[in-house]
Amino acid sequence: MARSDVQLMLDVKAGDDASFDFLLVKYRSPLVNFLYRMVRDTATAEDLAQEVFLRVYRARKQYTPSAKFTTWLFRIATNVALNSVRDNRYQKMEVSLDAPVSSEEASAPRELPAREMRIDEHLLERDRVAFIQRAIASLPEKQRAAVLLHKYEEMDYAEIAKILDCTEAALKSLLFRAYENLRLQLAPLVTQPAPQRAGERRPS
Amino acid sequence: MKCEDVSNNLIAYLDMRMDSVERREVEEHLANCAACRARAEEFRGVSNLLGEMPAIEPSFGFDARVRQRVAAEPHRTWFQWLIPQPRLALAAVLLIALTVWVERLPQTTTGTLAPNIATASSEQDFNAIKDLGVLENYDVVTKMDALSELVPANEQPTQKPEPSQTESND
Repeated sequence: MARSDVQLMLDVKAGDDASFDFLLVKYRSPLVNFLYRMVRDTATAEDLAQEVFLRVYRARKQYTPSAKFTTWLFRIATNVALNSVRDNRYQKMEVSLDAPVSSEEASAPRELPAREMRIDEHLLERDRVAFIQRAIASLPEKQRAAVLLHKYEEMDYAEIAKILDCTEAALKSLLFRAYENLRLQLAPLVTQPAPQRAGERRPS
Repeated sequence: MKCEDVSNNLIAYLDMRMDSVERREVEEHLANCAACRARAEEFRGVSNLLGEMPAIEPSFGFDARVRQRVAAEPHRTWFQWLIPQPRLALAAVLLIALTVWVERLPQTTTGTLAPNIATASSEQDFNAIKDLGVLENYDVVTKMDALSELVPANEQPTQKPEPSQTESND
C-alpha cells in the first residue's frame, strides 16, 4: 500500500532517507513550476526548489503532521520565493541605459522591467505564452502566489489561506484583485480565442 | 446578492467550488446584472489564458544536486543514535537530579541552617550581656517607663547616665 506524504515525511523524520527521495521525485516538478512562475527564471527556480527540499530535510526532526504535507511544503516554497523576489526586486528594476551592450543584445530591443506594459508592447508581443507570463509576473507577489496555487496546484481555498497566512475571506478578495489586474493586463488576449490544440480540454 | 458579494465569489463560481444554493444566487444576480456578467466572462477568459501556460520539467541533474546537498548535511553521531531525543534525555537527567536533591533536602537544611540559628542566638545573648549593667541598676529599671515617654527609644542608651547623676545628687 502506498504511503501517504505525511507518512513518508514521518519516515524521513525517523531517519529513512529513501522516503525523502520519494517526496523529491513526487514534488520536484510542481515545485520547480511554481517557483518558475513566481520568479520567471528557470535556473533561479531550480536553485530555489533545491533550497526548499533542503529546508524540508533540515526540518525533518521538528516535523509534526498538523496539516497536509503540501500545505507545509508550499508554505516553505512560497516563503523562499517571496524572499527571492523581494531580494531581487530593486536589482532588476535598476537597468542602466548607458551600460555596455553585448553583440547579442544589440540586435534585440532592450526590455525594461516595467510593471505596467504599454498597449503597443502588448501588440508587438509575438509569443502568447511570454505575454501571459509577463502578466503573471506583473502581479504583486502575494496575488501572484495566490493565483499560482489556485490555478496550477489546484489547491482549495482553506489550504491556500494557510499557506499565505490569511483568512479565506481575505484570500477570495486577493484572488479577485489578482484576476482584475490580469483582466487589464491580458485584455488584448482575453477577447482572442486561443488556437485549440488537438485533444486539449478547455478549462471550465 | 450584491455586486460586491458576487465579485468576491466570482472565481469560486467559475471554478465550480460553490454549493448549489450559493451558485443559484450568483446565477440569479448574473442574469440581472450586465456588468457582473461581463466581468464573469472576462475572468473566464483570464482563467483560460492561464491554462495555456505550459509546464516545465526540472533539468536532468536536479535530483542529483538535491541528493548531493542532502548528503552534505550533518548526520547523527553514534552518541545521537544511542539517544534519539537529546532534549528528552537531558530533561530526564535533570528530573532525576532534582529528585535526588529533594530527597536529600531535609538533611541539608538542618546542616546549613543550624549555624545561622546559633549565630542569631549568640547575638541575642551578647546584647543581653551588654545591657546587663543597665538592667541590674534598680533605679534605671524602675524609671524605664517614664524615660521611654520622654525620649525616643533609639536614644535610650545616651540617657543611661541620668539616673546615676540623680542618684549622686541625692
